Amino acid sequence: MSLIIRNLHARVKDGAEILRGVDLELPAGEVHAVMGPNGSGKSTLSKVLCGHPDYEVTEGSAELDGQDLFAMSVDERSRAGLFLAFQYPAEVPGVSNANFLRAAMKARLPQGEEPDAVAFYKQLRARMQQLGMDAKMTARSVNEGFSGGEKKRNDVLQMLMLEPKYAILDETDSGLDVDALRIVSDGVNAMRAPFRSFLIITHYKRLLDYITPDVVHIFSSGRIVRTGGRDLVDYIEEHGFDFLKNEQ
Amino acid sequence: MSNELQRQLPPRDTRGDFSFPENNALDAGYGLTEATIDYISDAKGEPDWLREFRKTALRKFREMPMPMHWAPQEIAGLDFERIRYYLAQTTAPQRRWEDVPDEVKRTFERLGVPEQERAFLAGVDAQYDSETAYNNMRAELSAKGVIFTNSTEALTRHEAIFRPWFGKVIPMGDNKFSALNHAAFSGGSFIYVPKGVKLAQPLQAYFRINSESLGQFERTLIIADEGAELMYMEGCTAPKYDTATLHSGVVELVALPGAKIQYVTVQNWAQNVYNLVIQRGLAMEGAQIRWIDCNIGSGVTMKYPAVLLRGAHARGEVVSISIARDGQLQDTGARMIHAAPHTSSNIVAKSISIGKGRASYRGEVNVLPGMDNCRNHTECDALLLQSHSRTDTYPAITVHGDSSAVQHEASVSQVDEEMLFYMQQRGLTRAQAMSLAVNGFINDLVNEFPMEYSVELRRLIDLEMEDSVG
Repeated sequence: MSLIIRNLHARVKDGAEILRGVDLELPAGEVHAVMGPNGSGKSTLSKVLCGHPDYEVTEGSAELDGQDLFAMSVDERSRAGLFLAFQYPAEVPGVSNANFLRAAMKARLPQGEEPDAVAFYKQLRARMQQLGMDAKMTARSVNEGFSGGEKKRNDVLQMLMLEPKYAILDETDSGLDVDALRIVSDGVNAMRAPFRSFLIITHYKRLLDYITPDVVHIFSSGRIVRTGGRDLVDYIEEHGFDFLKNEQ
Repeated sequence: MSNELQRQLPPRDTRGDFSFPENNALDAGYGLTEATIDYISDAKGEPDWLREFRKTALRKFREMPMPMHWAPQEIAGLDFERIRYYLAQTTAPQRRWEDVPDEVKRTFERLGVPEQERAFLAGVDAQYDSETAYNNMRAELSAKGVIFTNSTEALTRHEAIFRPWFGKVIPMGDNKFSALNHAAFSGGSFIYVPKGVKLAQPLQAYFRINSESLGQFERTLIIADEGAELMYMEGCTAPKYDTATLHSGVVELVALPGAKIQYVTVQNWAQNVYNLVIQRGLAMEGAQIRWIDCNIGSGVTMKYPAVLLRGAHARGEVVSISIARDGQLQDTGARMIHAAPHTSSNIVAKSISIGKGRASYRGEVNVLPGMDNCRNHTECDALLLQSHSRTDTYPAITVHGDSSAVQHEASVSQVDEEMLFYMQQRGLTRAQAMSLAVNGFINDLVNEFPMEYSVELRRLIDLEMEDSVG
């Protein structure tokens, strides 16, 4: 069981190529970090994997547990277990957090079935408590008027509720203060399991101080240029991404 | 209504696209002439003055031009000669469902009307084609002097209350369609709530068109005496036919000093229906009139609920939701005429255009000369689901004097692709995501509807989205 990306090329529709041959294998149970300079295509990778309509795949493949990811619609990928915690989560005016989550959970059940209301609210309250979220947030519209940090936390709440097999966290740490970073990281760590994997896209080391990655990839100019262990994080922290220039 | 109760009720057939074979003992045929009017007056056993009144209205109808400030091209296709003006099984409404003719009873059962009556209504008036088939109100309300009947019985049994206000809020010559209704009216509700009586539960009217090419001209007059309060709800459905059906009702509200009237419409006619309705309320001193209007169905709807604020400190409100999909024009809006000082009005209109659907807002706010310290707030928001969907806004604001405050806010937006992607990434299909987005857009207004209706509205929106995206 794994997410396997082979020679992935993708571009903005009718525009420039951004991914230029990404190879990555994320086996079940592992946590991989993707680091790289701004504009290297890290976020594009997450959007392309989830099927964002602004991008098109021009070459290569991706398999999710043996299924052709690019043959699936956005929502099918989600229901197959792929989750993205967004760099900039969208606002959904007029739709409460609770109703949104219920709709998302209902979408995973056979047609006509509803999530059990009592069990749902019990779980929701427990998860919110875990993330230090105010219980009143259930009635507020999804992300509307939320601070950057609240939006990120809300995305992590959705991840905890939907229990994906593959979770991509796209710069979830940006906008979070130290306390929030710890809480969110604890949430992710509590979810770590042999059947679940994480792809953590980040610019900074600090998130990886809390969530220890098994593998670290360095992303540059649309592809992975180096793969290693945790020590790679420390190397980047010390030397920055400048060394990449010498390698090109 | 509680969720528990909601679950007990059978699902309503809100689309209403079914019909029974015609079984009309009374049929005035196609077209509207003096002979048609004689037929209607004979069937109802009307007095001579009313027969003449109808004929005067017919002459006015023929003389008057189509209202040009409405959307003239869209109603140009309406052929008055190909409409049937009066179809009924009997003229007298039944008071018990078991006495209602079988197919009529089955129709309303399928639409969930008897269940709702038992569950949460103070009274029900169910109109089938041209006449009221069923009319009943809880006994304790009759004891308090509340009258709830149809226009025919109002004329024969309550003439002293009915006649002084009949045609006073919306005169015969107001426009071509008010003249038409004055000529051909049948059915509709007459309600009188005595001084100080406050109805805790709503009264419900249900308008059903069964026969092809029918013109339904219901006539409603609601009088809330001083300090009285009521809520009235109307629902409408019809099967889909290839030929045009015309629904052209006239609704007059009279709120005497300190009275409150809420009038709720959920219109879900089939797409061959021209829905050209005139609704106007008169609010006397300190009275409040609130129109809550939802237009989902019909091919062409033109409807601008109005409040004439005639007494100081009167308040008028219109809350409007319209949804236009392929082949539909929802030309809706509101009118607020400030004819007394210290009056206030509020208009909130939200429209959703799907595919080639077209939603228009037409509004008039008029503060008459010498009417000081009036207030109006208007907000109209349009949501376009596709880039080729269309919306138009035609506000007309006239303010005399400088002590009044009038605000108009308008917005047009499209469903945000990033938002849809976000929702789809959480597992919702595109249709489900659209449906949630649309529900979110009108959420604050849907909450203004009684619970039973808001649940139904959300379900209707879900169905629309499944059809238009799925």
